[in-house]
Amino acid sequence: MSQTFQIDFSSAKKTVIVGIDLGTTNSLVAFMDLTGPKVIAGPDEERLVPSVVSLTAEGHMLVGEKARAALIEHPERSVYSVKRLMGKGIADVGEDLSLFPFRIAEGSESVLRLSLGERTYTPPEISAYVLRQLKLNAEAFLGQPVTQAVITVPAYFNDAQRQATKDAGRIAGLDVLRLVNEPTAASLAYGLDKRKDGVVAVYDLGGGTFDISILRLKDGIFEVLATNGDTHLGGDDIDNRLIRIALEDIATEWGTDLSTNGEAVQLLRRAVIAAKEQLSFVPATTIELEYRGRHYRRELTRELFENLIRDIVDRTLGPCRQCLMDAGLEPEQIDEVVMVGGSTRIPLVRSAVEALFKARPHTELNPDEVVALGAAVQAAILAGDVQDKLLLDVTPLSLGIETMGGVVSKLIHRNSTIPASATEHFTTAVDGQRNVLIHVLQGERELAKDCRSLARFDLKDLDPLPAGMARIEVRFLIDANGILNVAARDLRTGKEQSIDVRPSYGLTDDQVEAMILESFEKAEEDMNARQVREARVEADTILTAVDKAKQHDAYNDLTGDEQEAIEVAINELLTVYHADDHHLIHAHVEKLNNATMKLAENMMNTAVTNALKGTKI
Amino acid sequence: MEQHDCWQCGHPSAQSLFCQFCNTLQPPVPDYYRFLGLPKRLNLDAQELQKRFYQMSRLLHPDRFTRATGREQQLSLDATAILNDAYRVLRDPVTRAEYVLKDNGFDIGEQRTKDVPAELLEEVFELNMALEELRMGDSDARGPLEESRQKFLGMRDSIDRELFALFERYDAAGGSDGGKQVLGEIRGVLNRRRYIRNLVEQVEKELAAA
Repeated sequence: MSQTFQIDFSSAKKTVIVGIDLGTTNSLVAFMDLTGPKVIAGPDEERLVPSVVSLTAEGHMLVGEKARAALIEHPERSVYSVKRLMGKGIADVGEDLSLFPFRIAEGSESVLRLSLGERTYTPPEISAYVLRQLKLNAEAFLGQPVTQAVITVPAYFNDAQRQATKDAGRIAGLDVLRLVNEPTAASLAYGLDKRKDGVVAVYDLGGGTFDISILRLKDGIFEVLATNGDTHLGGDDIDNRLIRIALEDIATEWGTDLSTNGEAVQLLRRAVIAAKEQLSFVPATTIELEYRGRHYRRELTRELFENLIRDIVDRTLGPCRQCLMDAGLEPEQIDEVVMVGGSTRIPLVRSAVEALFKARPHTELNPDEVVALGAAVQAAILAGDVQDKLLLDVTPLSLGIETMGGVVSKLIHRNSTIPASATEHFTTAVDGQRNVLIHVLQGERELAKDCRSLARFDLKDLDPLPAGMARIEVRFLIDANGILNVAARDLRTGKEQSIDVRPSYGLTDDQVEAMILESFEKAEEDMNARQVREARVEADTILTAVDKAKQHDAYNDLTGDEQEAIEVAINELLTVYHADDHHLIHAHVEKLNNATMKLAENMMNTAVTNALKGTKI
Repeated sequence: MEQHDCWQCGHPSAQSLFCQFCNTLQPPVPDYYRFLGLPKRLNLDAQELQKRFYQMSRLLHPDRFTRATGREQQLSLDATAILNDAYRVLRDPVTRAEYVLKDNGFDIGEQRTKDVPAELLEEVFELNMALEELRMGDSDARGPLEESRQKFLGMRDSIDRELFALFERYDAAGGSDGGKQVLGEIRGVLNRRRYIRNLVEQVEKELAAA
């Protein structure tokens, strides 16, 4: 008998922190080993997981490529580009909705709820499905559980959008150790600090968002000097423009308006994306659509394409100039420009950037992967595996509070290095006042109504005092994730002052907790369903085998009791077969197995005897 | 300087960033100069300040405390916030001077910026005339406005030189009563500077809008 020694390597193996690029169009997961950052491919060998989910008629959620395929047939049960909806209320997304096939459910003022089939999902829940898929891919590849992650967000994401991303991570069972801004992550991946110290601009035009960040690199410190952007500008806008044009063509040529036909619009979306991508390499191409036996075809030259999208590309230049101004730099002072995001493959984008910064942009790294690679580097920094680099990022938007007359008083200015803090003192206006309401906003405008409401903080249970006597110190702190934390102290008593937080957009903590719980239950349900399926397969196998064996001579050699025992075991197994309890099914498979032991032995003996005789059985 | 016991090992005189005995991060002192370990001078070397900021960031940043205890993570967050706030305030001469003024009990609120400093009365009168003409649609007012803008920018530069000279005097005076008096002068200069900055901003806004 051989003896095996089991050595537990698990304790020696450090838990890996993965880096995740949760993109508008595609998402990726990466990790860092001794040789550098690497993107992890899924079981299908694909490195990009489309950020698409689709609910099947059976209530199963498809994610990634499978969902992208289902999108054509079931656009109303699928969601894509959900990143555009993160941290948004219904009033924010009117324009988007005209092009999205999915429906918005009731009660979407502070958090959107998307109707898929009979169920509704919030954007963080949808994103959590994508994150869970990436988590599974990483676990399969690394051979160990993955519970900690760095997730990237557009630099210009506001507090609610960041919080929504963090919520998505939590719902997916990930401890989000850090949110990193995408352009900053990209600069880490490029390892530009190895070459020399200098000033770098990162131009990041993705599927749905645009960011520009300017950084100073010095001795491994990546200090962001300024950032700017537009969270509503990207390749999607180019696609939508081409789709609108094609729909108008079709309406004229066919006399049919396809704009409300989800399936046709999705087919057209694919066609225009293919044409757009080709035009980065060839001077002319065609947009083609075959739908229900009809054919649409339109020539598109690069020149015409560039004229069609010039204003979209130009919209990125304003934020670039503002960013230069905020950094206190002239274009000539930028040493390097890094290009990130699939849309930077478009020649017009490259030439516009080159003209503005008067520097040839870096395009060596795959613009689809560079952000995920950078996230993996940041994960390694957090793990302590990389010690010579440090990222110092900024908050993209000013933070303020509403004061008399709806005017915003700025507490933390945009482009302040984070973590950043500000302290304000509050008091009461009337005798015996028990609470003070603080309205916190983000944005650059003077009036509260023109800024983004972030939350209302209620300092409550104040001691009743004459007006102006209460002295409450409130500390606003933007953490390294760019998310606001607020703490208050009663200066008279020195005690912590309780605050009630009402976020203007997004989920409350309780809602997130409920979703986490539900997702665990769902995961358990899924697991149980799979085990039941597997147990039934086993039951089928043995039932078929026994059925066949009963035709065998060996069956007749059994005693009546033995035959009776087999019949009982078969009946019992058939009774529990449809129960949703894999333990029960397994137990009865085992029982049938035991009851047929003698039969199997007899059959084996017969087989051996026959074989020795040289006759076939 | 007050003495503190290390919150972790209880060893006394843990007044530096980290306890000298158990190397645990200590609660940060809120005073920007003391936190950065700098003498309270108004003239600061920008390069030196940046170097210090980078050095301390490497030690204190939350990225370095991912696997630490919750208390240490909170301290790292607090300390880095103060470091960043301190660097932002002290690297700019104007905000730096305002910080020192406030620290010495001066009120530096946005007071009386409506009162025109006597020496600017004539300039401001002419400027307002030109602004009025521009608003009435007279584009000939652009020339004089651009001229005013240049004049005010020049004034700002001379104010800055004045300010730096006062910084020198303050640093030479040390903590004496003479220093307090210099701070009083600095406050006056800062008020004038703020007034001129507002004028320049107003002109630029009107020029951009017209």
